[in-house]
Amino acid sequence: MTLTNSKNIINIKCDYGTPPVESKKEVSLIIDGQTVTAFEGETVMRAALKAGINIPRLCATDSLKPIGGCRLCIVEIEGARISTSCTAIVAEGLVVTTESKELFKLRKNLLDLYISEHPLDCLVCSANGDCDLQSLCAEYGVRGSRFLVEDRKVHKPVIDKSAPYFDYESTKCISCYKCVRVCIETQGTFALTVKGRGLHSEICPGLFDFKNSICVSCGKCVEVCPTASLNEKSIVDMGLPTKQVTTTCAYCGVGCGLVVETKMDEVVRITPNSNTPSNKNHLCVKGRFAYDYVTHKERMTEPLIRESINDPWKKVSFEEAFAFIAKGFNKIKKEYGNEALGSLASSRCTIEEIYTLQKFNRTALGNNNVDNCARRCHSPTGYGLEKTLGTSSGTQDFDSIEHVDVFLIVGANPTHAHPVVGARLKKRMRVSGVKTIVIDPMVTELVKSPLIKADVHLQIKPGTNVAVLNSIAHVLVTQNLVNKKYIKENLDNTFVKKYMDFIKQEQHSPEYVAKIAGVTSYEIVKAANIYASSDKSSIFYGLGVTEHAQGSDGVMTLANLAMLTGNLGRNGSGVNPLRGQNNVQGACDVGAYPHSTLGYEDVTNQEVADKYTKAWGVEQSTKVGQKMPDMIDSALQDKFKGFFIQGEEIMQSEPDLPRIAKALSKMDFVVQLDLFLNETSAFAHVFLPGSSFLEKNGIFINAERRLSRVRNALKPKVEFQEWEIISKIATEMGYDMHYHHTEEILNEMKGLWTDISEVSYDKIDQLGGVQWPCNKENPNGSPILHEDKIIRENGGALQVCDYQETSSSADIDFPFTLITGRVLVHYNVGTQTRRTKNTDWHDEDELLIHPSDAEPLSLNTGDLVSLTSRTNAISIKVRLSKKVKEGTLFTTFHHPDTAINAIQGWDKDKVTKCPEFKVTAVKIAATDTLSDWQISRNEQIEKQKVFFEASLEESVL
Amino acid sequence: MIKIYVPLDTTSVSLGADEVVQEIKQIAIQNNLDVDIIRNGSWGLFWLETLVEVEVNGQRIAYGPVQEEDVAGLFDANFLNGGEHPLRVGDITQVPYLAKQTRLCFKRVGLVDPMDIDDYIKHGGFTALNKAFSMSAAELIKEMEHSGLRGRGGAAFPSYLKLQATKDAVSVDDEKFVVCNFDEGDSGTFSDRMMGEGDPFMILEGMFLTALAVGASEGYIYLRSEYPIARKVLNNAINLAKKTGWLGKNVQNSGKDFDIHLRIGAGSYVCGEETALLNSLEGKRGTVRVKPPFPVHKGLFGKPTALFNVISLVSMVPIIEHGGKAYGKLGYDRSRGTCPFQLSGNIKYGGLVELPFGITVRDIIDDFGGGIEFPFDGGRDVKLVQIGGPLGYHMSKDDLDNPLDYEHFKTLGGHIGHGGIIVMGYDASAKELAHFAFDFCALESCGTCTPCRIGSRRGAEMMEQVISGESVNENIILIKELCDTLTQTSLCALGGITAVPVLSLIKNFPNEFEDRYNKYVRR
Repeated sequence: MTLTNSKNIINIKCDYGTPPVESKKEVSLIIDGQTVTAFEGETVMRAALKAGINIPRLCATDSLKPIGGCRLCIVEIEGARISTSCTAIVAEGLVVTTESKELFKLRKNLLDLYISEHPLDCLVCSANGDCDLQSLCAEYGVRGSRFLVEDRKVHKPVIDKSAPYFDYESTKCISCYKCVRVCIETQGTFALTVKGRGLHSEICPGLFDFKNSICVSCGKCVEVCPTASLNEKSIVDMGLPTKQVTTTCAYCGVGCGLVVETKMDEVVRITPNSNTPSNKNHLCVKGRFAYDYVTHKERMTEPLIRESINDPWKKVSFEEAFAFIAKGFNKIKKEYGNEALGSLASSRCTIEEIYTLQKFNRTALGNNNVDNCARRCHSPTGYGLEKTLGTSSGTQDFDSIEHVDVFLIVGANPTHAHPVVGARLKKRMRVSGVKTIVIDPMVTELVKSPLIKADVHLQIKPGTNVAVLNSIAHVLVTQNLVNKKYIKENLDNTFVKKYMDFIKQEQHSPEYVAKIAGVTSYEIVKAANIYASSDKSSIFYGLGVTEHAQGSDGVMTLANLAMLTGNLGRNGSGVNPLRGQNNVQGACDVGAYPHSTLGYEDVTNQEVADKYTKAWGVEQSTKVGQKMPDMIDSALQDKFKGFFIQGEEIMQSEPDLPRIAKALSKMDFVVQLDLFLNETSAFAHVFLPGSSFLEKNGIFINAERRLSRVRNALKPKVEFQEWEIISKIATEMGYDMHYHHTEEILNEMKGLWTDISEVSYDKIDQLGGVQWPCNKENPNGSPILHEDKIIRENGGALQVCDYQETSSSADIDFPFTLITGRVLVHYNVGTQTRRTKNTDWHDEDELLIHPSDAEPLSLNTGDLVSLTSRTNAISIKVRLSKKVKEGTLFTTFHHPDTAINAIQGWDKDKVTKCPEFKVTAVKIAATDTLSDWQISRNEQIEKQKVFFEASLEESVL
Repeated sequence: MIKIYVPLDTTSVSLGADEVVQEIKQIAIQNNLDVDIIRNGSWGLFWLETLVEVEVNGQRIAYGPVQEEDVAGLFDANFLNGGEHPLRVGDITQVPYLAKQTRLCFKRVGLVDPMDIDDYIKHGGFTALNKAFSMSAAELIKEMEHSGLRGRGGAAFPSYLKLQATKDAVSVDDEKFVVCNFDEGDSGTFSDRMMGEGDPFMILEGMFLTALAVGASEGYIYLRSEYPIARKVLNNAINLAKKTGWLGKNVQNSGKDFDIHLRIGAGSYVCGEETALLNSLEGKRGTVRVKPPFPVHKGLFGKPTALFNVISLVSMVPIIEHGGKAYGKLGYDRSRGTCPFQLSGNIKYGGLVELPFGITVRDIIDDFGGGIEFPFDGGRDVKLVQIGGPLGYHMSKDDLDNPLDYEHFKTLGGHIGHGGIIVMGYDASAKELAHFAFDFCALESCGTCTPCRIGSRRGAEMMEQVISGESVNENIILIKELCDTLTQTSLCALGGITAVPVLSLIKNFPNEFEDRYNKYVRR
């Protein structure tokens, strides 16, 4: 018997049975003759397990409140009757015995009762060898049920195999209710419940089966189930894993720690790493289950090349490919000069790989034309927070959610896009007294879901964030809700007066703004009052703030609110971007930006250029590089000719696809590094196979600035790691780049970026992750920024950002406003999740329309409509939904055949050029055909299939 | 106008009280007589139900037991003027059964009109509350300490300690609750019901006193769904009290606020357990919570909660009215005050008997019960007496000289529980009773803890085998071991005391559980 739930036996961190307590006051007690210290209020079970004294249990786990159900954890306490250690609280001088003849007898009798109701088909059970009941029965020598005098009866024979990733079998259930409790306490979905009572208590997912219930397949119930009652389908098929590796999830910016269990070089099961603070022992449907794409039959493992994009592909060796690339890039360099080359780094790769790529760009290609996908998501965050607070990142860690009293959620749908943070937010929001303000055109789960109801929901017209946030600031200032002491001590005085004059103007009054934003002035005033009512108010925002023509302004107005009320620099208060990609923070941090190098050092600064010239041995340009949209513009003007694309599906993710397609086809040489041949491959001259996160080593940096380790759980499927590929291309091009191991790359970065000078792989392993700055002053990292003072020189800067109506706004010709976003089961462009069983839930993009908008157009769910913007048109099926406001439409961008981005991209953020995905004026009309763009896209894909098949035939010969 | 009292009590109604009322009305109309029928609570002398009382010159003359067909005869005998009739009882309070009792809690039950708040006040209602308005919380709790009152729901926990703990508990917004446990589910108990049906205002007064002592301003009554009449009466009482300013804001200009809500259970026995009751009140499944935290610290909706049984609450009224010391003078050893015992079973005179603790079981059966009623089994006397509900101790004839007090019963291995006394004659089978105990536990188990959820069913199955004579000795050994596991490891009292009836039966009637017995004597 292991100490933990046996599904979680990896020696990462022991499960201490009951939750930790806040008290740090110590008491000492004696357990089995051993003097043990524990914190006041802790249970005897926790104290014992912490001291390494095992106590048997089936219903306790340290993420859940104890229910005292299984009774196996009984102990003898001197002066009291036998009691359960999961509920007995420690006290000074307590004398506890955990093992005795009497306890053994009672526990054995309890186990006897368990198995009197349990099928004894252990040999063929899917939990054989991984069952807590089985291990305990072995330990206590249970040889059958003495108390069972009749024939064994099966009470609850329900088998539910409807869920894509796990099965439910009620006969194996031992009524520990852990599944129901995690669904309530940890995940907060309230999908599972118990029906009946006593021996007839039965777990059920509401009225229907799992597939049709409100279950979100986070899988926590499967993980905590001590028997085979809830079991992964993969375990049922493959049996138990043989190897375990801890790593970090490569989906969203939460950066959950994973334990990947494998066998025969295949993933059998993924569970959360209980030692990583980001996810607090929780995962979502993507991180836990959606890993099948790694072994998908379409995975590419060998390089392909071709002279022209109208030629079939040719399979070649890596050496041939490297030579081909070097020749291609060098030719352009010669003909058009350095400036005609550039690269796009992938935020899904490790910082080592991204560092290598930007170094390749700044040495072998010889310019600053390197960008990453933050350009089209959180570049306004980087810019806005830098301008106001002085750091290009969120101000605190996810653990601080547990201390927040007022949440201000703006333009974010965490329960879908960042599910683990969503669950943690909901958990805190269910605590009585905690208040929530949501500013979002959509009705998200944080507005209304079981036991969650936002105190204020400002369902604004898309594109009016800045007006509304300024109006909240106006109320704060005019009603004197600001923190004057904080403003005086911590803010840059030169900005304060100008800002105050600006914000007091009548145009920011709630009455005025209410009309612009389509909300009531009362709600704005209420929101301001609630936000200012606590010194533990925290802002969480997402792409609903940044992907706007005023994206940077939106971020700065948010930072203004925090600075005005002094809600910064403490546990439970701050400004937090929910970053999209696993390593988008890292990609920006390590210099995949045209204007900055590692640690956001300005490339135009000669000292910086000198530093890197010295480090890399190549003269560094002080000219700001081209941003991704600039590169596209240059390409259209025939000035940009060679492009290296690392793991980015730009033909699905960038705005205005026809324009991107035109630009790409004008380029002479496009190199793509990816897992699959995709939409972008149609324009590539070289395809290099990449590695999935399960085959890599390195570091991801999540939204909290946390560096977490990535380790290869599977053998690499490709001959070279991505950093090796890039180094070899650089070397082939004439710049000598050699690394033997990823830590060598990390060490090089440490020398260049002081904020990570004290980081090492060992330290990350020890602490479960390290948040930068991790330097001499903060050797263990910094969970919270701006603690003593705001990092920006001279203090925080209140930035004046006036509201301007976006040019993308709806008008009489294009009466609807389209928003795009994501759903829980898919991740961004869906390259990964579309190649998993997640498509069982969502296999095509749907357009959500409010019923009262659909009625005049006689539209019903399932009807095909043409969606026409000022730039292009596509066809899509509609679904009637009240989650959207009247006049707004919502759809996802997960499926390439929809090509929703073909109609987007009218406007972009003025400073960072982040496209305005969240406001597109459209009109809709019923149709029965696909749009011209979609038809030509489908033809293109068919053609590419033939080109790829040509490469296969050749290799057979 | 002539006042006639006919009880609305569930027992009386099941014996035909409603029909009697109809008949009286009809005959009165036919004869053009002006009668005013008041539906009072029952006096608790059930063999006299339906008891009809007529007020003649300010005196109440009782007739009983009256059946529908007796009514015409009563009119013929001029009962409206107290005329002679074979059913005439006379002044009910002079009947020894009632005269010998010490009625503190039940002093108004039967006497007053439960639907009329003025009648309650006329008979001394709210005296205690008026007195309490001028007392501090500490003084109120001090009186409780002097009285020695202990929880009447079964656990016998000193009430003043509970009040003190709730008063001292800190809650974020200073919100606290008083909860009245009206989930009277034990077989053979009916004192809560009679109180709810016969004198509802006293419960409200008791809750208010508790609220004053702990600093709560909201109360909940958790009533079991099987008591529709009590529901009607209590609803009316709460509404009347609100209308007349005895509940609500600034009650009677005292500056105190108190409001009461009535909630109905969904038919689960275990919801009488305090934490399951709180879960049920909150709208959750009625399952038992672990303690700590105790309800006094984290009770209803996570707030400090003073949770008391109906009789505990009404006992506080005479304590405050006459002082805790006066109340504490009654009783025996550490069990102070009075307890409404409820007599039922194979007995002549079943009913409610409120007496100070200390009377022996034999005395209560002889003096009040009048011996066995249905002498099927050769007319022999009492075989066993079960005290404290379906999971109470089964006393043999030899145990009957034990006095009724908490500590005595504890040493015996049982409990007084809610004061229900069920007398059984020689037709009762010890094996069937033991089987019933397990079966009851299995039926009512909430399913949280293993011994109760599974152990009760296994126990019932083994007992079925014993009844049919299979491997009796082996099964009894296993049953004893199972009982030990249940007692030592159950989460709440339901599983924890299931062993009490079983083990007491095995101890007191060993020959019924022997193999030899089964061989020759079939059931």
